[in-house]
Amino acid sequence: MSTTRSYVYQGFERFWHWTQSILILFLALTGFEVHGSISFLGFGQAVHLHRLAAWAFIVLIAFAVFWHFTTSAWRQYIPTRRFLRAQVEYYLIGVFHGAPHPTKKTVLSKLNPLQKLTYLSLKILVIPVLVISGLLYMFYRYPQRYGMEALNVHGLQAIAVVHTAGAFLLVAFVVAHVYLITTGATATSNLKAMITGYEDLEHSDPAAPGEQEAMA
Amino acid sequence: MRKIVLILVVLGLAATVVVGTLGRRDATVSPLERLKARYPTRHVSPIDHSKLAALQRTFASPREVTAACLACHTGRGVEVMASSHWNWTRREYVAGRGIREIGKKNILNNFCIGVSSNLEGCDSCHAGYGMVDASFDFTDPTNIDCLACHDNSNTYSKTRGGMPAATVNLQQVAQHVGRPQRTNCGTCHFFGGGGNNVKHGDLEQALFDGNRQLDVHMASEGANMQCVDCHVAENHNMLGKSYTVSSMNRNRVACEQCHSASPHDDNVLNEHTLKVACQTCHIPTYARANATKMTWDWSTAGRLRDGKPFEEHDAAGNLVYASIKGTFTWQTNVVPEYAWFNGTASHYLLGDAIDPAKPVPINTLYGSYDDRQSKIVPVKIHRANQIYDQKTRQLIQPKLFAREPGEGGFWKDFNWQRSAEEGMRSVGLPYSGSYAFVRTDVSLPLNHMVAPKAQAVGCQQCHTRQRSRLAGLRDFYLPGRDRSGLVDTFGGVALLLVFGGVLVHGSARIVARRKRGRR
Repeated sequence: MSTTRSYVYQGFERFWHWTQSILILFLALTGFEVHGSISFLGFGQAVHLHRLAAWAFIVLIAFAVFWHFTTSAWRQYIPTRRFLRAQVEYYLIGVFHGAPHPTKKTVLSKLNPLQKLTYLSLKILVIPVLVISGLLYMFYRYPQRYGMEALNVHGLQAIAVVHTAGAFLLVAFVVAHVYLITTGATATSNLKAMITGYEDLEHSDPAAPGEQEAMA
Repeated sequence: MRKIVLILVVLGLAATVVVGTLGRRDATVSPLERLKARYPTRHVSPIDHSKLAALQRTFASPREVTAACLACHTGRGVEVMASSHWNWTRREYVAGRGIREIGKKNILNNFCIGVSSNLEGCDSCHAGYGMVDASFDFTDPTNIDCLACHDNSNTYSKTRGGMPAATVNLQQVAQHVGRPQRTNCGTCHFFGGGGNNVKHGDLEQALFDGNRQLDVHMASEGANMQCVDCHVAENHNMLGKSYTVSSMNRNRVACEQCHSASPHDDNVLNEHTLKVACQTCHIPTYARANATKMTWDWSTAGRLRDGKPFEEHDAAGNLVYASIKGTFTWQTNVVPEYAWFNGTASHYLLGDAIDPAKPVPINTLYGSYDDRQSKIVPVKIHRANQIYDQKTRQLIQPKLFAREPGEGGFWKDFNWQRSAEEGMRSVGLPYSGSYAFVRTDVSLPLNHMVAPKAQAVGCQQCHTRQRSRLAGLRDFYLPGRDRSGLVDTFGGVALLLVFGGVLVHGSARIVARRKRGRR
């Protein structure tokens, strides 16, 4: 089986990925301090920095959305049930026997079915929920202060509970994600790819499922 | 051509925005800036009273001074006679009770309990002369004591019967009158409840000549503000009131008279002002100089040594027992308790029945998170144990003061039965003859002793799970203090499962790989 060194992750994509990862870690750290779970910077400082990081994250998301649509990269996340079971079985069984990945990674189809599903739910569910609840967290007092009765928000409880729940999900994702990237060709091949942009990908014949997926 | 026009339009817009943003701040001078400009200027009275012909004489009685004052200051007497300083009552709407004539005169308190049967012991703080009993004429303007508030010579003092002390030189005082100083107001208001700082905790004699650490506004070396700078008076109606005797959200002093509603550079702090009063953060503790009385147990009063009343003091010199009053505890640097407050209050009114099983609220401050008018305010809660009638379940107005033994005054006779009989008779209420003592609480909102901003209450003193200053206010979600047990449990379990899964899966992979390697 031969491999070719391919340019898998473009410059912006890597910038976006790593900036996002730093921001999410920082938001988790400061956020859970605001939540009272940990003590690190002090509440006031944590609130201040959490807000700054949140705005940075929102700007990054704006750029990322633009990038996804202009480059059609969003197509990578179209979910599919094909090979979904195979992928789950791979993580549960195959990975222990050194079995090959059920889907082949190609430049046009970088994500396995499980990744597609997970990343898509992050993008359309978890992160929007966090961003919207976060914005409400920041602005829920404004309607009351400026007398906009129709928009009045009673209190912080619902907003804070949703925001916290989202945060737990995102942190859980990060933990699983950091572990699962070690299941590439070698333990660090995925990490190297996301740093350099290049990865040694297997040659694929036209019948390979990954290719089909991308063309579909 | 289109491009040039477009660039010009964009540049024009940008310039407008820049100029607009930069220019906005200069447009208005804040009240605080105006104050800073005003306070270095010393107040000089436009009139030198020592030169007035009408005051170049000796005064046989203080009422003659009043007559002299009113001869020029026509109409002022009418204003004073409409004020609370004179009437000791005002008409107020009390929630659930309707319009009532209430005030110091008829509201029971948590200290010396009530003035009704004790006027002669209380009237040295009345802005009048001779209010010793019900026969006092509230319509006679010569009964007004102008000097108590307007003496600027700092030599005036009042004694029993509300009359000037024998040492007062009335001519000297009359020639040196002016705007009320802290000494005028403090002589009564710093000693409420029968001694320095007994009652309020944030009003005491240290403020006569305090520093900025004690009070940023009234510090002698500083703004040196006088009481009337905030408690602005118009026609002798002073802004401000005490919620021990007032019920309505009106005529209040507000920090916003000078400071804006969003005075911080930090917007997050400014958002707090919607629900948090300035005082809550800026009065971190009260009684920062001298101790204030926290509890007062009347039930131990009346012990005698060799048939005589006695007093005991603690190491700091605070009175901790007095035969005439009972047992006290004192504290300095007290962290306030906190309450939602919308500016309205209700009171125990004479004749109300109580539930002796529970602490009786002498006053109740209204408010809640949901109430738009409410803010969190710091309060001193003074807890007492005072006499009530076991049969009628009414708090008792006791007679404490008496000139001679045998008149029923507790301070002379040390007999609660007689004291209760005489006291209740003075307010026209029955007394069954069977008394006991009940816990009574009074809430005193704190407004003075604003500390330098570096000492303001920090975020974490409220936004914390343990020992939050706001631990008692549970009707809203406070970040850092509150959490959803459900979300935290599920979230925690989820994280544990993921971590556990990663550990198990990862170790299994390593083991499996080793096995494969051996084969």
